[in-house]
Amino acid sequence: MSQNHAEVHDNHQGGHDSHGAAHGSLRGYVTGFLLSVVLTAIPFWLVMNDVLANSTLTAIVIMLFAAVQIVVHMVYFLHMSGRSEGGWTMMALIFTIIIVAIALTGSLWVMFHLNANMMPDLHKM
Amino acid sequence: MAKATAQTADGVPAFYVTEEEHAHPGGSTMLGFWLYLMSDCLVFAVLFATYGVLGRNYAAGPSGADLFDLKLVAVNTAMLLFSSITYGFAMLAMDKGRQAAVQGWLAVTALFGLAFLGIELYEFAHLIHEGATPMRSAFLSSFFTLVGTHGLHVTFGLIWLAVLMTQVSKHGLIAANRRRLMCLSMFWHFLDVVWIGVFTFVYLMGVLK
Repeated sequence: MSQNHAEVHDNHQGGHDSHGAAHGSLRGYVTGFLLSVVLTAIPFWLVMNDVLANSTLTAIVIMLFAAVQIVVHMVYFLHMSGRSEGGWTMMALIFTIIIVAIALTGSLWVMFHLNANMMPDLHKM
Repeated sequence: MAKATAQTADGVPAFYVTEEEHAHPGGSTMLGFWLYLMSDCLVFAVLFATYGVLGRNYAAGPSGADLFDLKLVAVNTAMLLFSSITYGFAMLAMDKGRQAAVQGWLAVTALFGLAFLGIELYEFAHLIHEGATPMRSAFLSSFFTLVGTHGLHVTFGLIWLAVLMTQVSKHGLIAANRRRLMCLSMFWHFLDVVWIGVFTFVYLMGVLK
């Protein structure tokens, strides 16, 4: 019973958040913007000036920067948090990330194996 | 739904569902729009996967390293990033109820959005003029589909922005317009998130070899 009440209360708070303070603050937007500028500039600099000699290493580094920048955008611009809409936006996001990960890794994995296995033996042709 | 819960829960009244539905009419719009964005995310995931599979099938045609002009892409990225923060400023002005400031920031956002689209169209025209059409290779087909779909989203975002500016000038910052502006805010920032994936996976890694 008391738990139910707590839930009701939480939901109420969440609802109010999404109407009031959910648009963030000037400070939040500026922080997010400055972080994004840095997180965008570094990958471009790395690739355009060929800073790291190893291209595989560069690819991994710029993917990490992209992942961090996506989180920055989610937090500072889209105002994602575990509390918004009573946690349901976060649940939907986690579900989507799982599906996206399966779609991406699954497609790449299957298709590259298919390429490797179906490649005609050039010497026999 | 509320009835069923009330009956099955033995003796415990189902406050949760009824309270939520009555206390915030229209409060579920944001969640619903978020779910739409997540489904849009899946559309882009499929296009990214397609590009990931076909992105190196050049058919003896030009590769990303031959075609992409990273300086142009950097300017484009800056345009979208600027439009994101100016939209944020519009939302802050909306919170304070300053209609003129909202309209001003929305106009600035629209200009940055138009600049982004203009640069992208210039890039596409340049590629097609050089013979790098979508028909040239699987790499270019998947490139134009992925980047073009993002550009199409930006286009519709701009149309939406123009409609909302008209709405705000006609009716002011009423509750319905605030809700619409918040939906477009999520849409606009979401497009910027997708662009992070595009410039990293398509442009930077395409040049990288």
